[in-house]
Amino acid sequence: MTSRHATWSVEAGQQVLDSMPSDERLILPALQAIQHEFGYIPREAVTIVASFVNVSVADTHGVLTFYHELRTTPPAPVTVQLCMAEACQAVGVRELAQDVATAIAPLGQRSSDGSVDVVEVFCLGNCALGPTALVNERLIGKVTAESLVRAVATAREGVNA
Amino acid sequence: MTRVYVPRDSAARSIGADEVAVAILTEAALRGVDVELVRNGSRGMLWCEPLVEVVTDAGRIGYGSISADKVGELFDSGFLAGGEHESRLGVVDDIAWLKDQQRVTFARMGIIDPVNLDDYEAHGGLRGLRRALELGAEATVEEVLASGLRGRGGAGFPAGIKWRTVMQAPADQKYVACNADEGDSGTFADRMLMEGDPFTLIEGMTIAGVSTGATIGYIYSRSEYPDANNTLREALAVAYDRGLLGADVLGSGKSFDLSLRVGAGAYICGEETAMLDSLEGLRGMVRAKPPIPALEGLFGKPTLVNNVMTLGSVPAILADGSAAYQAYGTERSRGTQVFQIAGNVERGGIVETGFGVTLAELVETYGGGTWSGLPVRAVQVGGPLGAYFPADKLDVSLDYESMIAAGGMVGHGGIVIFDETVDMSLQARFAMEFCSKESCGKCTPCRIGSVRGVETIDKIREGVDTANNLVLLNDLCELMTDGSLCAMGGLTPMPVQSALRHFPEDFQR
Repeated sequence: MTSRHATWSVEAGQQVLDSMPSDERLILPALQAIQHEFGYIPREAVTIVASFVNVSVADTHGVLTFYHELRTTPPAPVTVQLCMAEACQAVGVRELAQDVATAIAPLGQRSSDGSVDVVEVFCLGNCALGPTALVNERLIGKVTAESLVRAVATAREGVNA
Repeated sequence: MTRVYVPRDSAARSIGADEVAVAILTEAALRGVDVELVRNGSRGMLWCEPLVEVVTDAGRIGYGSISADKVGELFDSGFLAGGEHESRLGVVDDIAWLKDQQRVTFARMGIIDPVNLDDYEAHGGLRGLRRALELGAEATVEEVLASGLRGRGGAGFPAGIKWRTVMQAPADQKYVACNADEGDSGTFADRMLMEGDPFTLIEGMTIAGVSTGATIGYIYSRSEYPDANNTLREALAVAYDRGLLGADVLGSGKSFDLSLRVGAGAYICGEETAMLDSLEGLRGMVRAKPPIPALEGLFGKPTLVNNVMTLGSVPAILADGSAAYQAYGTERSRGTQVFQIAGNVERGGIVETGFGVTLAELVETYGGGTWSGLPVRAVQVGGPLGAYFPADKLDVSLDYESMIAAGGMVGHGGIVIFDETVDMSLQARFAMEFCSKESCGKCTPCRIGSVRGVETIDKIREGVDTANNLVLLNDLCELMTDGSLCAMGGLTPMPVQSALRHFPEDFQR
């Protein structure tokens, strides 16, 4: 299975940082740039980002652990973000999450074949057409376990293409 | 050549608008018909998305809830000339749901091509900025003050006073920071404006910049909004290209640079001082006030922090004058609010109207009750920190003062409807759980209180010493309200206590 991200190396990481605009040379944007390129933030990258921004490794690590979305391990090829907030609760997302657990994986876990991460998020801004999921960057409204499985299959083809 | 509109709004796309757009082009090519396809924003009638509109001599005719497999039928019924079809809604501007609204901030929403600056200007865009440049800084700020515009993010602070404070603050550098971290469940107005009419936000921020003396602006958006961010980047590039942004704004000699920053999944970054820390690249920790951001904000410099809807209302206020804006609304809540009807609702979407509309009008007249068809039981107003209202108390007027008097808040104008299957003790539990997950951790009432809140509600739900635990829960709520540093811990008790007050039966096991 191919990845939607580049393979990490110290040199490649440094290149990503060096190409950042000068006003974005801050801890969070630097970590985001690394994650955008490689899919996650490897341990080595924390040190490189710290010296790039000229702050301590501790400060960099502090930012890394604060934001839900920043991750320290490679993601599965497909990420399903399922909205678990109130507007989606009102249209049965709690029950849907149980179906998704059976059909794909429980919230916060990876499918047994390793191809899909299922993540809980709070609000995708589609509150009149919920329940809602974001499959990689594709928003799916009025989502059911079946339509989600179909969307995951489409996304997987997109990654492999 | 017939012009056809299919929205590019992500809500419309989430239920098949892209597939409809492709099907229309394919079918047109197959039949040898000339069609000009424009991807507009959404009109906000999310209950009839994907909404296809055709330009005819009679106006723009709408066909609602179209799926790709219906497109062939549409061509057969002559929809390009406005032909009859079961999905035909008539002239879109005449649909009562839309026509009865007071669209000011959303005046162009769904009508124009979002990233076409000429289309924007042809529909009244840039008039506000041009007038602001003529008026000069002080008169512009006075106009915003006179309009009565209050912060639409939730706090409702008079925008003009904030603007004046930043304008008068002496500094070598000032900033404008737009809070587009729309994390409240049930709200999507910011997203829709960024996707459907981004130049309105850019124009509003530019007016803010040139009048307060801030030469650098940031839009702080969410990673959960990939479509909005892509549209904004596109619009920003056009704005630079056409001289709306940069060293010489519309030839005025004034400089304003604007860029987009995206968060990384942290609800607390919607709190203005946490957002400033995040913009500085740090953990999104809430700052103690004072100092206020208007004097010491981003990188310690005077910073105007306003929400998307606040800044998005400014172009209309400048273009048509503060008196026109003042004419909308009621008492001390002037102007319009972009309400968002969401959750278990038959006709969800955007209703922009003057303050003073009742909750019942939005839930029943516009919303049409629940999507499930079951009776409405509870309505949460103003996001995850807002109060739950029971079905027999929906006659409350939606304005800042009336909502506070009723034990709630307008917040960002999100309205989430629940049917009778809702378990309110579970909703109260979620409010505490959400706070425990999203707290920045700086102050104890929020960080620890929310965890204790979840535990206490769990005991109540299990029927363990219910009477005493209810006393404990109310005590904890008061402590969080009084002792928290910001609205996260301070308002989490609002949904909890409103659930306790209006739905006590759900807490007795």
